[in-house]
Amino acid sequence: MTASAASPPLVSLSGVSKSFTLHLREGMRIRVVDNVAFEARPGQCVVLGGPSGAGKSSILKMIYGNYRCDTGRILVQDGGESVDVARAEPRRILALRASVMGYVSQFLRVIPRVSALDIVAAAAAEGGMPQAEAWARAERLLTLLNVPERLWSLPPGTFSGGEQQRVNIARGLAADRPLLLLDEPTASLDAANRAVVVRLIEEKKKAGAAIVGIFHDEDVRDAVADKIVDMTAFATEKAA
Amino acid sequence: MSEQPLLSARDLGKLYGPRIGCEAVSFDIHEGEVLAVVGESGSGKSTLLKLLSTELAPTSGAIRYRMRDGVTRDLFALTEAERRFLLRTDWGFVRQDAREGLRMSVSAGGNVGERLMAVGERHYGRIRGTAVDWLGRVEIDTDRIDDLPRDFSGGMRQRLQIARNLVTHPRLVFMDEPTSGLDVSVQARLLDLVRGLVAEMGLAVIIVTHDLAVARLLSHRIMVMRHGRVIEQGLTDQVLDDPREAYTQLLVSSVLAA
Repeated sequence: MTASAASPPLVSLSGVSKSFTLHLREGMRIRVVDNVAFEARPGQCVVLGGPSGAGKSSILKMIYGNYRCDTGRILVQDGGESVDVARAEPRRILALRASVMGYVSQFLRVIPRVSALDIVAAAAAEGGMPQAEAWARAERLLTLLNVPERLWSLPPGTFSGGEQQRVNIARGLAADRPLLLLDEPTASLDAANRAVVVRLIEEKKKAGAAIVGIFHDEDVRDAVADKIVDMTAFATEKAA
Repeated sequence: MSEQPLLSARDLGKLYGPRIGCEAVSFDIHEGEVLAVVGESGSGKSTLLKLLSTELAPTSGAIRYRMRDGVTRDLFALTEAERRFLLRTDWGFVRQDAREGLRMSVSAGGNVGERLMAVGERHYGRIRGTAVDWLGRVEIDTDRIDDLPRDFSGGMRQRLQIARNLVTHPRLVFMDEPTSGLDVSVQARLLDLVRGLVAEMGLAVIIVTHDLAVARLLSHRIMVMRHGRVIEQGLTDQVLDDPREAYTQLLVSSVLAA
């Protein structure tokens, strides 16, 4: 499947605004974004552009249900059903995360005692992939991302920052989810590993996934982006 | 997504004379969901747990529970015998103080076997076999099966309590500060064990904790309580990463990297 204007968007935002009210700072209100609208279709990689602080990460977190949004709609397609993440019950959002949308940040939240291979395989199996296939997928991803095999059976707590990051990318890309949210997954990777991530993103696009991502490296952005959304178009006054 | 909740609380309240224990608490929980109730001491979270587990009768409101036969019943309309059966079979209760949740003068194997006997198992070999299996699952050396829990460390006692509670395959488990009082390294092991068992058995868990890191690691949803009321609730990562209420912001900002 390739990008096609005819396929309905897998995610579609309209009128999305976000602010934070800091009660511990005399109720100071920080407006992050205003009236955001864009969409991503199957096979399409939409890159959020704009300077640091423009609200790019906040947008990804709102789509994932990690941040609330003040106004607007975030429609995510789950099979035939369209779910508004901005209003959905926690249970519905968890179901979307289990089978529809994945989120990859540059940081691995380490769980004590769980090995690198188990972390990646569990992520693959979570979406319903058979166990044997999940293991094979995990081994392939860790190999591609140059995580040394001697580390696979160890919990990543003691790994270097770069190794943890690659385990995290493997985990985030392990399952076959139709919508991927990538928050600077290539930050601080070396050129060889950046190229691997570009290749994996291309594979996901060919498989029909929609991707919304933030990439600071221009080479990565140029390689994967089908559309760039300029976040400064949704800027607000910083404090109100 | 529309199946019936396992437990459904509506407008629950408890007054201790004129003092409010908790009020106007409403929520649903389904199988496979872990709900954390967080708040400081005096927030009403322990009162809420006692109401839910029918240890206390509410002053107002109702709790409905879907029994194993599929029929949804009002918990406070059950007979005493029905209620006891529920507590012994379909529910577990992991207490903060293992001495309250275990029989300290009965062997480890006996503590696990007792719950099985309560549901009608009489075959000694099978009871012992199941006890051995469960001690293994909670990482207690099976050669400790005949030892008394009073000779166990704090972490082992908590793990034994978990085995005792899960051996009857309950559908709903209440946990009251299960890791407080344990060393940090022991906590991590216990949390990891609980996380695995909950996912594997598809349990519904209502866990009361003051520790936001515990809530983050174990729970899907969170309810923040203060002065007896639920002031904020939602997805655990949403409430902890984007807290809306002043009090929740204070709780979150008071933690070192939860």
